[in-house]
Amino acid sequence: MSSHAATAHVEVGPGDPPHIHHMDSTTAYHAAKLGMWLFLGTEILLFAVMFCGFAIMRYMHLDEFHEGSKQLSVKFGALNTVVLLVSSWTAALGVTAAQKSDNKGVVKWFGISIICGGIFLVVKAIEYSAKWHHEMFPLQENFHQFKNFLGFYFCMTGLHALHVVIGMVLMGWVVLKAMKNRFSERYYTPVELGALYWHLVDLIWIYLFPLLYLVG
Amino acid sequence: MAHGQKHDSHGTLGHIIPPSVSTTILVALLILTVVTVAVAGIDFGKMNIIVAMAIASIKAALVIVFFMHGLHESKILWTYILIPFVLVIIMIGGTFTDDPFRAKPLPVKAEIAAK
Repeated sequence: MSSHAATAHVEVGPGDPPHIHHMDSTTAYHAAKLGMWLFLGTEILLFAVMFCGFAIMRYMHLDEFHEGSKQLSVKFGALNTVVLLVSSWTAALGVTAAQKSDNKGVVKWFGISIICGGIFLVVKAIEYSAKWHHEMFPLQENFHQFKNFLGFYFCMTGLHALHVVIGMVLMGWVVLKAMKNRFSERYYTPVELGALYWHLVDLIWIYLFPLLYLVG
Repeated sequence: MAHGQKHDSHGTLGHIIPPSVSTTILVALLILTVVTVAVAGIDFGKMNIIVAMAIASIKAALVIVFFMHGLHESKILWTYILIPFVLVIIMIGGTFTDDPFRAKPLPVKAEIAAK
């Protein structure tokens, strides 16, 4: 990738990004992507701390985790898995559209991803409210069943849901730019980085679903 | 790299994943989700979590390699992708080679309880 990275003279074309005067668009694109992956690495490690804690607590309280896991609805969990997988697929199609200078395609596919994110949050809210109703929500006065398991469940899914919200905001910003026809085959970095973030949100859920809902 | 025709799989910047490939990966991911749920119903004892995590890792690999364009990335970018996973393995592996072999309850806590 470094073969075409540095050019002495930068030619400015119509579809070029605003920072084209500082470095050529290919260098800017690859540098941004590398930075994004570095950030995604820190996100993976953030969740990894929780996975590690979960693993140790599960090892220490195996029966509680098995019983606690049965308190969750596999149907809702599986539904949300499908919703997120579909949203990841549409995000990938959005990037492909941007690479072909198809701004309308970016609006359409990222729009579907954002809607899927919304569906995910609604399902999560239904699950949370059911737990609240059964006094299985931390901070509630009578919260003492499956404390360890549910503590991890709410921390991990809560942090994940926050990432879903952030991902939706990021993709919304990309959609607004796409509506103004800002992207082209020469410049689609925000589309790709937005999609990378959304794929990470999907990636975390791929591990969360079996851990929390199925094996416990 | 100055050729960006619509049917060319190489864009001016990154590699373009054809929509048909993305759709195939989605179908594979959905099938693996069904497999995950089905396999969880079978009692393998302690192996259940290993099987579930193995399937999840296959799904994660599909997402990184295809949806996240990993297939056409450079070696340096792959280093950035893999280092966090190596660190995760060290952290979880290190914790498990330490914590399970400690005296429980911890001596300090036992002393407090005795008072």
